[in-house]
Amino acid sequence: MNHPELAERFIKDADRTTWHDETLWWVRQKRDKAAFQIPEWEALREAASQIKHNVLSNLHEYLLAFEEKATANGIKIHWAADAQEHNELVLRILKESGAEALIKSKSMLTEECNLNEYLTEQGVDVVDTDLGERIVQLRKEHPSHIVLPAIHLKKEDVGETFHIHLGTEKGNKDPQYLTEAARQHLREKFVTRKAAITGVNFAIAETGEFVVCTNEGNADMGAHLADVHIACMGFEKIIPQRQHLGVFLRLLARSATGQPITTYSSHFKKPRPGQQMHIIIVDNGRSRQLGRADFRNSLKCIRCGACMNTCPVYRRSGGHSYHSAVAGPIGSILAPNLDMTKNADLPFASTLCGSCSNVCPVKIDIHDQLYKWRQVLVQEGRVPFSKTVAMRAMTFTLSHPGVFSLAGKVGRKVMGMAPIVVSNGLNPWYKQREMPEPPKESFREWYAKNRNGKSE
Amino acid sequence: MESRNKILSAIAQNQPASTPLPDISDLAVVDYEVVEKFSATLAGIGGQVVDIVSVREVVPFVKNYYEGAQRIITTVEALGDMAETDWREADPHSLENVDLMIMEAEFGVAENGALWVTEAYMGQRVAPFITQNLAVILKRSEIVPTMHHAYDRIGKADYPFGMFLAGPSKTADIEQSLVLGAHGSRTMTVFLLMSE
Repeated sequence: MNHPELAERFIKDADRTTWHDETLWWVRQKRDKAAFQIPEWEALREAASQIKHNVLSNLHEYLLAFEEKATANGIKIHWAADAQEHNELVLRILKESGAEALIKSKSMLTEECNLNEYLTEQGVDVVDTDLGERIVQLRKEHPSHIVLPAIHLKKEDVGETFHIHLGTEKGNKDPQYLTEAARQHLREKFVTRKAAITGVNFAIAETGEFVVCTNEGNADMGAHLADVHIACMGFEKIIPQRQHLGVFLRLLARSATGQPITTYSSHFKKPRPGQQMHIIIVDNGRSRQLGRADFRNSLKCIRCGACMNTCPVYRRSGGHSYHSAVAGPIGSILAPNLDMTKNADLPFASTLCGSCSNVCPVKIDIHDQLYKWRQVLVQEGRVPFSKTVAMRAMTFTLSHPGVFSLAGKVGRKVMGMAPIVVSNGLNPWYKQREMPEPPKESFREWYAKNRNGKSE
Repeated sequence: MESRNKILSAIAQNQPASTPLPDISDLAVVDYEVVEKFSATLAGIGGQVVDIVSVREVVPFVKNYYEGAQRIITTVEALGDMAETDWREADPHSLENVDLMIMEAEFGVAENGALWVTEAYMGQRVAPFITQNLAVILKRSEIVPTMHHAYDRIGKADYPFGMFLAGPSKTADIEQSLVLGAHGSRTMTVFLLMSE
């Protein structure tokens, strides 16, 4: 199913759609409040964007430097060209260390690679430890938001899920009670599992350390208790120097949830004595995106989710309607690079209002890229025939004044005499809308009558 | 190795012409008093600030506030009579039943209420996470205004593990309702120590 079809399913429940819309807008407002407290906010965004541009233009050198430093620090570096190689590497490391079960903190990269499904098929038990991710995992769903994975669910849904899987009281939907139940359930996993997977927020070329940000403390609980820590990162997570964290950590949580900083910003530099630490550096289409001048800026993303929270389409269609690991505006410019055929609908899931670009902490030109992807997709013939034909008819009409004038006349007459022709289910513009009363005459006709070609 | 070289050569081929790094030395705007800002910000993210003039004041506070805490561990030598200090080499799993952990922070950051703590201060990496409650002693004189100042101060320091720690563990994953005590410590108290 494509975005319009999945969105249609989501909005069937009007109350829930309104709740979803308002909740994300509230998160956006918290972001504004946090940002407005920082007079230098715009200068920070500009600096972040420039640092990331420097990263993209020196990636080869920075990756080599990072590999050298991290290796010297005692971390084992692996490289994966695609999702499959990434998943196989994880499995190999687990097998070599004798771990049959693992705990995982949030990593959108592993979602992109479908790691959970792969490991489960191979007989490895995977437990997600971020509360939102654990909720969707128990429901056999995927995160609908990169920062708020279970934002599509109401507390009643979580209560029911926990009742079934964790044995909480039936009907109890108190967030405090449910969070406590998850804490107890996952503590047992933390203290018994030998291997942990985390994502990476930033990897520092200068020092070979990497930073992981969480509010719950789940990444640290996992990594500091496990014998084996595997950190998975897309290669664009590199930043040049430690001091640049000052810029990014000031922007990340404020943009994401309006917090001044996440509770934990952990800097992993060396493994604990006796512990194994691995980093898997993944390409999976990123080097291709790097070569696309119009789209390479998408690799600057620090995964804060601000563009989703502000997006009028995301807020009203839900993350799952994007059928991709990363939803929303940023997901819609990343996904066509991963699979142009499967994700050809996503750049059209936007009003091009530009709000995403305005809140992006690293100033990615998201809405411009959405517009540019549409052109690429049409040129490559990835857009449904009906849309192409309609666009061609529109082009013809708009470039022939006589045809344009006639089409207007016919349209006004038909809409006036037989509104059913447009006010029916076959016309997508009629859904959730009343069609307007057609005007009696066009502006051109009015002008000809009243001014008679003369100027005042 | 094959993938490594393939990825690196694709990157070398596709990366754009190099652009310079921006000057970030002059980004911070500081229009506040740091201790006040630090305390207000930390309170806003669920932490608690307690002013003390001597480390020993921690003892009666803990007896009173954390009444019922069975197992208390610390890395602060001066508190060795009220808490365990010999757990640094123990299996990290053995800290599972810790009720309160007390440590010192190297410095604090006013703009976000965060504390910089390296492994040496933690004793064990997992200690500040696995404990049910966390208390941290910070000298009032050791608060910097922003994260830029923080990284200037950290400089090239070598640590095996370090972190910015800002308040108790929290989550809002159920309908955006804030709940303190997700997986890490349920509470966090910062003892602000007057310079002696």
